[in-house]
Amino acid sequence: MAEPIKDWTTDYDIFDAGYKKNPFPIWDEIRGKCPVAHTERWGGSFMPTRYEDLFNIARDIQHFSSRNVLVTDFEAPPEDADYVAPTDEDLAQYNVGAPPITSDPPVHTWARKLLLPPFSVTAVAKWEQETRELCASLVDGFLANGTADGAADYAQQIPPRVIASMLGIPSSMAAEFTEWVRGFLELGLTDPVVRQQSAINIFGYLNQTIQERKANLREDDLISYLLTSEVDGEPVPEGHVLGTCFLILVAGIDTTWSSIGSAIWHLAQHPEDRARLIAEPDLMMSAVEELLRAYSPVTMARYVAEDTEYAGCPMSEGSKVLMNFPAANRDPAVFENPDQVILDRAKNPHIAFGVGIHRCAGSNLARMEMKVSIEEWLKRIPDFKLSDPDNVTWAGGQVRGPRKMPVSWPS
Amino acid sequence: MKVTVDSTKCQGHNRCYAMAPGLFKVDEFGYATPRGDGTVPPDLKEKARLAVENCPERAIEVTED
Repeated sequence: MAEPIKDWTTDYDIFDAGYKKNPFPIWDEIRGKCPVAHTERWGGSFMPTRYEDLFNIARDIQHFSSRNVLVTDFEAPPEDADYVAPTDEDLAQYNVGAPPITSDPPVHTWARKLLLPPFSVTAVAKWEQETRELCASLVDGFLANGTADGAADYAQQIPPRVIASMLGIPSSMAAEFTEWVRGFLELGLTDPVVRQQSAINIFGYLNQTIQERKANLREDDLISYLLTSEVDGEPVPEGHVLGTCFLILVAGIDTTWSSIGSAIWHLAQHPEDRARLIAEPDLMMSAVEELLRAYSPVTMARYVAEDTEYAGCPMSEGSKVLMNFPAANRDPAVFENPDQVILDRAKNPHIAFGVGIHRCAGSNLARMEMKVSIEEWLKRIPDFKLSDPDNVTWAGGQVRGPRKMPVSWPS
Repeated sequence: MKVTVDSTKCQGHNRCYAMAPGLFKVDEFGYATPRGDGTVPPDLKEKARLAVENCPERAIEVTED
């Protein structure tokens, strides 16, 4: 058992069960008392909670590097763990990072230019119909039961299949993807063995797929796009293609299903919002932004690249900074009634997708998946509720969203 | 009223384009520019102000004539 938390401003634990379930009052407390909190837990980190501080730190790429975006580091897994050491071949294979999220300029600049076009609004629109059919078929599969797990049976099923399609991989891989990504980003954050083995699984699978695709290039998938793209007249290095595919898989699954799940969780408890969305479909665009603001899933990390001071807080080289974008999006200094979900909120400059040069490359895809998944659910299940509100389980830490969430409706 | 986008600040969030496609266009990377010379027709003035308020990068400005 972890030691009880003495003071959230000096001893926070983002993996605390209470924090995962309901972090909002904790953020308010930190913001009011000591807006840049610190902890020694999990290797130590700083955690800004005010909008203005997140905005400033995210844009200061000179002091705050993205070379390492996970809060926990594991130099060596514990010796007593049930652990099979990776071979040198394994290690060489996955020592390619996840560009551009783990890149600083100058690599970041071209890596991002390479990645953005297939995730533009126009490019993403091509996947909307397929996503709609997927969502419809998922709901149709459990509609007659009058009950389902909104997280496991619905939210979690959508992004892995959309990403598989975009990569040109059969959707039958969705279950493996889900397991590997959770192993890397959810369970793996506090368990080095699970994290390393999940990474090896993902890199191994993607590397094999890339080798096969090289021999059989296609027209319309992301792997072929990356393999045939050039940077300064040269093909994109293969290690880079692998790292970027890893990013697309890891960042495109857990995050988006967390957002979809949180949206379903909210709507299950707010009949008035369901009724509004059904009566006023044009509200969907601002509603998606508002749900992203109120239930932002992602807290990335930064790495202090050189000794600096922020807001009177000395930070030495090598320190971690937890970019608590979700807390920024509940800051009353920027958002009126921040704890209230207002579907037509007019002023909403939320930073759920980050701010600055690392703005989420997949933001247009995430928005499309959220919009379509909410629409298709409400079309078939306009009236529903949480079956057991107190026993919804939440993943948290760096990606927050419901993982077990039974809901029911009149069937 | 005129609208401008600071290209050194825009990071391609697409919020302005989604909100006011009549005032902004975006390229394949998502970076936004005003349509035409940025002149805002009277019926889009409110949208222009909303675009300013919703841009997470504070890249948009409106200037009154």
